[in-house]
Amino acid sequence: MLSPAPRQASNEGVIAAIVPALGGALIEAVERVYEVTFTVERSAIVEVLRTLRDRFDYQQLMEIAGVDYPARGERFEVVYHLLSVTKNHRVRVKLSTDEETPVPSVTGLWPVAGWLEREIYDMYGVLFDGNQDLRRILTDYGFKGFPQRKDFPLTGYVEMRYSEEHKRVIYEPVTLAQDFRGFDFTSPWEGADYVLPGDEKASPEAKGAPTPLTADQIAKAGTVTVTDKPPVEQAKTTEHPGQTGAGQAHPGNQPGEKPVQADGKPAEPPAEASKPETAEPKPPRTTKKKEGK
Amino acid sequence: MADALDLIDAREPAQPDTPGDIDIQNYTINFGPQHPAAHGVLRMVLELDGEIVERVDPHVGLLHRGTEKLIENKTYLQALPYFDRLDYASPMSQEHSYVLAVEKLLDLEVPLRAQYLRVLFAELTRIKNHTLNLGSHVMDVGAMTPNLWLFELREDIMQFYERVSGARMHAAWFRPGGVHQDAPLALLDGIGEWAEKRLPRLFEDAISLVADNRIFKQRNVDIATVSKEDALRWGFSGPMIRGSGIPWDLRKSQPYDAYDRVEFDVPVGTRGDCYDRFMVRVEEVRQSARIIKQCLNDMPAGPIASLDRKVVPPKRGEMKRSMEALIHHFKLYTEGFHVPAGEVYVATESPKGEFGVYLVSDGTNKPWRCKIRPTAFSHLQAMDFMTKGHMLADVTAILGAIDIVFGECDR
Repeated sequence: MLSPAPRQASNEGVIAAIVPALGGALIEAVERVYEVTFTVERSAIVEVLRTLRDRFDYQQLMEIAGVDYPARGERFEVVYHLLSVTKNHRVRVKLSTDEETPVPSVTGLWPVAGWLEREIYDMYGVLFDGNQDLRRILTDYGFKGFPQRKDFPLTGYVEMRYSEEHKRVIYEPVTLAQDFRGFDFTSPWEGADYVLPGDEKASPEAKGAPTPLTADQIAKAGTVTVTDKPPVEQAKTTEHPGQTGAGQAHPGNQPGEKPVQADGKPAEPPAEASKPETAEPKPPRTTKKKEGK
Repeated sequence: MADALDLIDAREPAQPDTPGDIDIQNYTINFGPQHPAAHGVLRMVLELDGEIVERVDPHVGLLHRGTEKLIENKTYLQALPYFDRLDYASPMSQEHSYVLAVEKLLDLEVPLRAQYLRVLFAELTRIKNHTLNLGSHVMDVGAMTPNLWLFELREDIMQFYERVSGARMHAAWFRPGGVHQDAPLALLDGIGEWAEKRLPRLFEDAISLVADNRIFKQRNVDIATVSKEDALRWGFSGPMIRGSGIPWDLRKSQPYDAYDRVEFDVPVGTRGDCYDRFMVRVEEVRQSARIIKQCLNDMPAGPIASLDRKVVPPKRGEMKRSMEALIHHFKLYTEGFHVPAGEVYVATESPKGEFGVYLVSDGTNKPWRCKIRPTAFSHLQAMDFMTKGHMLADVTAILGAIDIVFGECDR
């Protein structure tokens, strides 16, 4: 191990010693990142932990963590971390469950499990069968929902404030002054699974895009090629100047007549315009502006 | 009506009340959440029989800020400052667990000077935490002066924090790969002189007021005794388990950073009561001073963070001259570094006990899950069995000896 992380007793032989004792309850035993993990059957967790505590001297239950993997069938993992103070070693025991299936409680083995299981229930909604006191623990009194689930928004659903009007604390739906900004840092050159803005133009018209195509053609959009254009009734030609789009020669469009001042007089040549400015030097800038209009 | 009167007449005459006959029911009181001895926002529902505590139901979570959820939405580097804000009485110790967890996943080597610097400041943090806890424990049982005197030491350490990181409390100075900036020589000099002269003088002065004080002992000796078996069953760690007589210190048994290069002793209690826990912390402060002096003597020169540019950003001066450094700097402060998929549980000996971080990475730049194992959670849960049968006034002494900070307990 290169990193200066805590150095415990060697993992050597730990898996080989424990695996036979767990028997059919074991699903997988691995050593990854210098740590030993046992994945076990949910129903056998009490027996597994009892074996580890009594036969293999893992005296302390330091932590129970929940993890949510929404893509899996049984989406929650409950992870037990055991510590042996005599062998100076840690192991991790895992099981998986879903929203409805309860996990057997281990409060009978370690009283410390009581609050740890309450926390997982509070955060994920995982039920523990046999925990006598499965109340919420960290969230507010009367809180609804399970905040650590991946589908629970970071901002939550309600916010709380003191209302001067009601003279008490009130709960309201969350209003965000600014949208929550979640940045996606995946490089667009390395397999992002979304279309960059503007990239949709590179392909032929997709279903639902604004298009000059008829419904018939859209129905078989996959077969349509870019060269398919709507038929033109009259070919565009330029026979005389009127068809160029330049417009007619306007009678008032002569150079001398063009800029007309507010009072209707034609624009004065620049030499004359400077004259009143020198005659009335009081507020030079404002008068200039007014003249310009 | 007549029947009712007959019934009343038929009853036996009431006996004159004597004090022993009066039937008092248990009654329930709320301790906190606004109580100066609750060390923050702890609400405890106490069921009392007279003045004897029958049952304690601590209600925690009033300071819950969803730190773990926030961390899942931040890059690994952005998640770091949240750890300062967990246990705000010992900020750098919380960072320590986190950076070690990230380094373990990355399998990143850390230069020796960085390891020594981290140990140095982790031990300063331990003194900072213990001076606060010892002082407030003493104040919870009625003495004022030591708390005020110990705050002076705490202030010194806050200034060391400021000189090394720019912040008095929330330093964010430990980084994955090392530390953020090198400590100036004048600061290291100052810490050495402080640990040599000022710390022993002020600390021993303050402790001498209470350690042998008759009243202090009456309030703490044999209060909330915890046996070794109970300490194991309730998941105790840190001074709580050592107070019960189990010589278990993660710095000794599972050394991390440069702890295997320094010498120190692990104090243990003999009776497992509040007084033992207090005295274990007192001795730990002395041992921490020892470690600090060794760190200052043994610390080599060299880089203060890993030179792996895919994890640790380059210094600003380098960034101004080198295109490659500029790119690394930009990438590390926007996208952040990616951590290989895997899971680790890394626990360090924070001043309050085992502070663990269970980090699950899915190979991206954000943690999939970061479960924080607070020390206070298991200790506070044991409050019920420790307090049962004690007097109401002992509740504050027991709480003080547990050493709870709610930023960490509630997360």
